[in-house]
Amino acid sequence: MKNILTALTLLFAGLSLQAQVLPSTTLKTLEGKQIDIKDAISTEGPTVISFWATWCKPCIKELTAFSDYAIDLEDEFGAKVLAVSIDDTRNSARVAPLVQGQGWDYTVLLDENQDLKRNLGIVNVPFTLVLNSAGEVVWKHSGYSPGDEETLAEVVKEVAAGKTPSH
Amino acid sequence: MNKFSLSLLAVLVGFTAVAQSQETFGGQLHGNFQLDGQLYLRDEAIDPSGEFFPDERFLGQGYANFVYTQGDFSGGLRYENYQNVMLGFPEGYRGEGITYRYLQFKQDNLDVTVGSFYEQFGSGMVFRSYEERGLGYDNAMDGVRVKANPAKGLYLKGVLGRQRFYFEKSPGIVRGLDAEYNLTEFMPKLDSLGYRWTIGGSFLSKYQRGNDPFLVLPENVATGGIRTQFTKGPWAVQAEYAYKANDPSSDNGYIYKDGNGIIVNLTYSKNGLGLIAGAKRIDNMSFRSDRNGSTIDMLINYLSPTTQVHTYALPALYQYATQINGEEGIQLEANYKIKRKTKLGGKYGTLISANYSVVQSIDKQFVDPSNDTLRTLQGYTSDPLARGDIPYFHDFNFKVSRKVNKRFKYTASYLNLFYNRSVLEDGLGDEAIQINPSNQKLLNANILVFEGLYKIKSKHYLRGEAQSLRTQDDRGSMAMMLLEYSVAPHWFFSVQDIYNYGNPDADQRLHYPLASVIYTAGTSRFQLSYGRQQRGIFCVGGVCRVVPPSNGVSFSLTTSF
Repeated sequence: MKNILTALTLLFAGLSLQAQVLPSTTLKTLEGKQIDIKDAISTEGPTVISFWATWCKPCIKELTAFSDYAIDLEDEFGAKVLAVSIDDTRNSARVAPLVQGQGWDYTVLLDENQDLKRNLGIVNVPFTLVLNSAGEVVWKHSGYSPGDEETLAEVVKEVAAGKTPSH
Repeated sequence: MNKFSLSLLAVLVGFTAVAQSQETFGGQLHGNFQLDGQLYLRDEAIDPSGEFFPDERFLGQGYANFVYTQGDFSGGLRYENYQNVMLGFPEGYRGEGITYRYLQFKQDNLDVTVGSFYEQFGSGMVFRSYEERGLGYDNAMDGVRVKANPAKGLYLKGVLGRQRFYFEKSPGIVRGLDAEYNLTEFMPKLDSLGYRWTIGGSFLSKYQRGNDPFLVLPENVATGGIRTQFTKGPWAVQAEYAYKANDPSSDNGYIYKDGNGIIVNLTYSKNGLGLIAGAKRIDNMSFRSDRNGSTIDMLINYLSPTTQVHTYALPALYQYATQINGEEGIQLEANYKIKRKTKLGGKYGTLISANYSVVQSIDKQFVDPSNDTLRTLQGYTSDPLARGDIPYFHDFNFKVSRKVNKRFKYTASYLNLFYNRSVLEDGLGDEAIQINPSNQKLLNANILVFEGLYKIKSKHYLRGEAQSLRTQDDRGSMAMMLLEYSVAPHWFFSVQDIYNYGNPDADQRLHYPLASVIYTAGTSRFQLSYGRQQRGIFCVGGVCRVVPPSNGVSFSLTTSF
């Protein structure tokens, strides 16, 4: 079992080394406008894409904890943060009021049919990606435990400086 | 077990080889893998007769998804394996195989998929095919889907196929069309005035052979829906209406009554304030691609709940499940962030939220069973303006979250729940309750939850929860304590105990301890848990399954790439 796990880990590690760009996928803005994720990411600085849902408590904890960092990262490093909600169409009505009530300042997009989530092979939310200014996925993380926002902020700074993330 | 892992590994290696050879053409491979298992231990306190103790002792299941994208093309598949399916999941998952595979071609205005796909029209009242792996819910379509954008602002979808039924397909065929028109894209003037307006409509029909010795069954059953979304500044309105032609089914007792549903939502979001007011009414809207289907099998549409989802362990014991044969309800919710650096808000600001949701039966006047023909044709009559008299559920809750200083933040919640166990757990119909209302099993509970998060030092956090559920009903009062210690970014330790001190049966005043360790590295996560779990109902999006009590060691491995 241990050998298999090691082999699997190596296999996935190997795969994740290849630079990935996002597959073209249509999302919706809160106003109901369709937009391709490729057109939503930043070309001038790092982009953080955080997958979340209104019913996912760790997701909301992560976005709330990260919001203090996000303000500085946007100002100082030109970072852009996209909060992609995987709520279905019915629940997506709850997204805008929740975002306001949490006082978040993120660009929120809706992945109502979970197409982007599936295309990226994401199992569960929360799931966070960091892209460099060339649009390549350079860092991924699944799940949230307190303190992960510190790691994420460090990663964004490294990516903004053109370095490979050390975590 | 080993054999299973090895065979999966072989599949993975095979795919990696393909992926890497394709990589030179600029393609992308993404995917994920999950493996769960539990070693069950015999526990006579929670399961005296051993009825929930599996013969296999160890149950394990896993799956892997692969999606390959190259330019305008993509394709994917999922392999699933259940040896045997874990307790609480639908028994239909038995064995192994490739349950999901598709090819897709996508260019500017056209998107064609053949094979398996997930899709939905509007809110899903007419059609929604989706998966919820944690629930064991998967009604993926197998067939053809075409999406087109023939004119600015106009989006068309067409679907044709059959739905997944575990390792088989549903007997009925599903055909549907949906059109959505974004008027704002079509009329830039609306946009410049700040209006966003979308309208949509859908039509869907299912075909299933009907050869019943007594009933002339409709083989083609049609549904249709219209919807709109309107936004102006902080205000938004969403409304949807759906109609279903007569569809005698095991859900509705084989009556020929038609069905309908309406959902309306009004929201306001601005300056730290979010408000939601919603109302809905559904009447006889169960719709499956097999009229004899039950539980979560082969549902064509999706009727979402208008209640809040609770994630704390004790309130989550009594979650609402949508009653597809008829219900009406309203929901009011407010979220507000009191600004930072104010007297009330404190240094960091304070979040407050309140929610009230209530659901009850719709008005139903049942036709006297002695009038056999009318009874079969009509079943009951319902006045949409009259109130139903059977309460199903209500939830009032209030929550305050506040960051006190750099190291400490807390959330305090109060909930008042009412839960009709006869309806939500035993599935008792409205007519049976109307005949004998005093026979209902009801639950009233008051719940308090306090949660605190303390930062010990950079990347070291301690989180605790204290919960109290007080009730005279069902299993009686319970208390819970939880402690978590996390060392970002890799380690996570958790211990918890639920004590059912108020159980009316003194022998069942038990402790339910559970300890877990989680290791996360990037996108991979390994979890190991040991402990006792009480019987419960696990729900996602208003769809629920019953989880039996268990004791044992469980593990879960997930990764994505």
